[in-house]
Amino acid sequence: MTPERATPAPAPGASGAAAPARRVLAAMSGGVDSAVAAALLAERGHELTGVTLKLWCYGRSPVSPRACCTLDAIDDARRVARRMGFPHYVVEAEEVFRARVLQPFLDAYAGGRTPYPCALCNQHLKFGDLMSRVDEVGADVLATGHYARVARLEDGTPALLRARDAAKDQSYALALIPFASLGRAVFPLGDLTKDEVRAEGLRLGLSVWDKTESQDLCFVPDGDYAGFMTKSLGETRGTREGPFLDREGRRLGTHRGIIHYTVGQRRGLGLAAATPLYVLAIDAARNAVVVGPRSALECAGLATGPVNWLMPRPPEPGARVDVKIRYQHRPAAARVHARPDGSATVRFDAPQPAVTPGQLCAFYQGERCLGGGAIEHALDADGAPPAPGRGAADKAGAGLVTIALS
Amino acid sequence: MIYFDHNASTPVRPEAREAMNEALAGTGANPSSAHREGQRARAAIERAREQVASLVGADPAAVTFVSGGTEGDHAAVIGMALANEKRGRSVAISAIEHHAVHGAGEVLGRLGFRVTHLPVDARGYLDPATVPAAGSGHTLVAVMLANNETGVIQPVAEIAARARAAGLAIQCDAVQAAGKIPVDFESLGVDALVISAHKLGGPKGIGALILREGTPCEPLFRGSAHERGRRGGTENLPGIVGFGVAAECAARELAAEAPRLLALRGRLEAGLRAALPDTVIHGERAPRLPNTVNASFPGARSDHLLMALDARGVCVSAGAACASGAVEPSPVLEAMGVPREIAVCALRLSMGRGTGAEDVDRVIAALAESVRAVRGTTTAAGARGA
Repeated sequence: MTPERATPAPAPGASGAAAPARRVLAAMSGGVDSAVAAALLAERGHELTGVTLKLWCYGRSPVSPRACCTLDAIDDARRVARRMGFPHYVVEAEEVFRARVLQPFLDAYAGGRTPYPCALCNQHLKFGDLMSRVDEVGADVLATGHYARVARLEDGTPALLRARDAAKDQSYALALIPFASLGRAVFPLGDLTKDEVRAEGLRLGLSVWDKTESQDLCFVPDGDYAGFMTKSLGETRGTREGPFLDREGRRLGTHRGIIHYTVGQRRGLGLAAATPLYVLAIDAARNAVVVGPRSALECAGLATGPVNWLMPRPPEPGARVDVKIRYQHRPAAARVHARPDGSATVRFDAPQPAVTPGQLCAFYQGERCLGGGAIEHALDADGAPPAPGRGAADKAGAGLVTIALS
Repeated sequence: MIYFDHNASTPVRPEAREAMNEALAGTGANPSSAHREGQRARAAIERAREQVASLVGADPAAVTFVSGGTEGDHAAVIGMALANEKRGRSVAISAIEHHAVHGAGEVLGRLGFRVTHLPVDARGYLDPATVPAAGSGHTLVAVMLANNETGVIQPVAEIAARARAAGLAIQCDAVQAAGKIPVDFESLGVDALVISAHKLGGPKGIGALILREGTPCEPLFRGSAHERGRRGGTENLPGIVGFGVAAECAARELAAEAPRLLALRGRLEAGLRAALPDTVIHGERAPRLPNTVNASFPGARSDHLLMALDARGVCVSAGAACASGAVEPSPVLEAMGVPREIAVCALRLSMGRGTGAEDVDRVIAALAESVRAVRGTTTAAGARGA
């Protein structure tokens, strides 16, 4: 009955010259990927409406031209729509972005966690707010430029698959999208490599074909998260100096505020030691950063928060899965136990370094992404949270600050 | 496709198109040239000047051709402010002016002028009593005749009388009014009136500034003595010819077209109310253009409605767009005191020559469907997010 191991059949229309024309709402960030995705569908005869979500008020906040969703990017998206002959709209999404992406981003850092906002943006903006607009505009499906695939299992259940190009695969960033949205999602780039996408862009005459790729968070294009939080958003939590502690609680020095650190970090600690020191945990309750040798980063397992399962029912207890615990992580073999409260625990076959609270834990079986959830804390070999940072992450982020964009 | 965006632009009249084709094919001469061919080109321009003057009851000599409403507003507001500079460096602009007039105000601001804004009431109506008194340092008042978003018609004649009594020059943007309601330069009593061709069935890129004889106004574009020295630059001959013919057609049709559109407006508003009882019609209690309805459908944001209507083959406008193109609450509705959550749900429906009763009925049906769809997903999104 459980169809997880079934061989996925190609999704209708995914590669489809023969697929019937459909009405498509195309999410367009202004980058080359979403542009080519939309243009390919338009070329195949589908009826498109392009949409760019406006996440910021560009009139007032300076944003790097390299980032997505800037004014220039909106113009780029518009130009692609004009060239391919379909209408394009800009839809205001500032409120949802603030409430569902920015605020959790701030709260996570303030609570000593390291968030992964791209997954939230996909969950709440592209496959939440925008997906809900599909019916509104009389469309059948929502297309994005993600490198991922959707397939139908034998019983018709939609399944999220990794992209053909393993190096570009973005299924991880899609692990939190609502399962119900999967059946109406179209990823035209799932079978292409980045080079092929650029070549298609060039062939189609899209000006964005050789556009620089944003490597960082779109709303923090320079990568200075702490500076962004404090200067642009006026965040004050997590900015107070505090102690660097070793695992025994001895003070080794003074840190600059917990928002500057993430688990596994080695550079920029400013601590002298015989062997390199790594951040092992961030204890927001004590405003402490716990450091230690690399070997101490290894964890036997982890516990997640609520898991979004991209399948009708959670997998059987102890199911064998591959687990990916950050964007660049090579998935590790593990067993997963879905718990009645919606969370899950994971036990790795071999210990994994730098299990980072706040980061996304995604589950795979073969090519298929089964879903994911935010990492709550690491687990030691006995299935207990390791001593450093125990319970710290949960409490400190509770007080909300009002986001004021300068 | 049903086009309900005639206030943005309206199709070029076939008569105007034909005249423009002839003008393009007919002569390549410069209207300023002294030879026979030049004189033929000049004659076409002067004919158009009479046609345009006739539409607004002005002397043809008062008409200066400009590139459109924005240039006309800049030429009048900045030109008159500069010409009166020795008497004072303050100008008063109504809060609901078109961006073109606010833009001219910004230029004056850069030049060190003080720009004050005259408020409107909840109906979108400007109280003539707010016109600055003599001795306030003001030299100019700018008030539009009909608002482009709400269609509300301002008491310009009364405002002009007060302005003149206080020794102020008065500029009036009649871009949205000309061709939709009778506009009479003399009875309005303004010093400068601005109109645009593409709002009344002429081509884009041509307009006129009508300036009372003897009114001090410094030209912005200088060079040769085109347009009697009021606006340098070789004339846009095909545009001017098309403008002239369109103005003549509009003048001829006005008496029949205005009541026809008014009846359609009534049908549209009644239909919207019946289908969506909480519809808010902005400026409802003020005199308005017969073709314009600005309405909010609470709970359905206008950017989403635009997309939903477009998918159903209906073209309309939302209040105002920010630099990104996203819809923002309109400053005009803001000036009328419309709450933000209502203002972000406003659409402008503007009808024109081709609009018929069946179009109105189809728009009502499409809007009712779109509003329900948008409200449905918005509520669902809210519930999911909660």
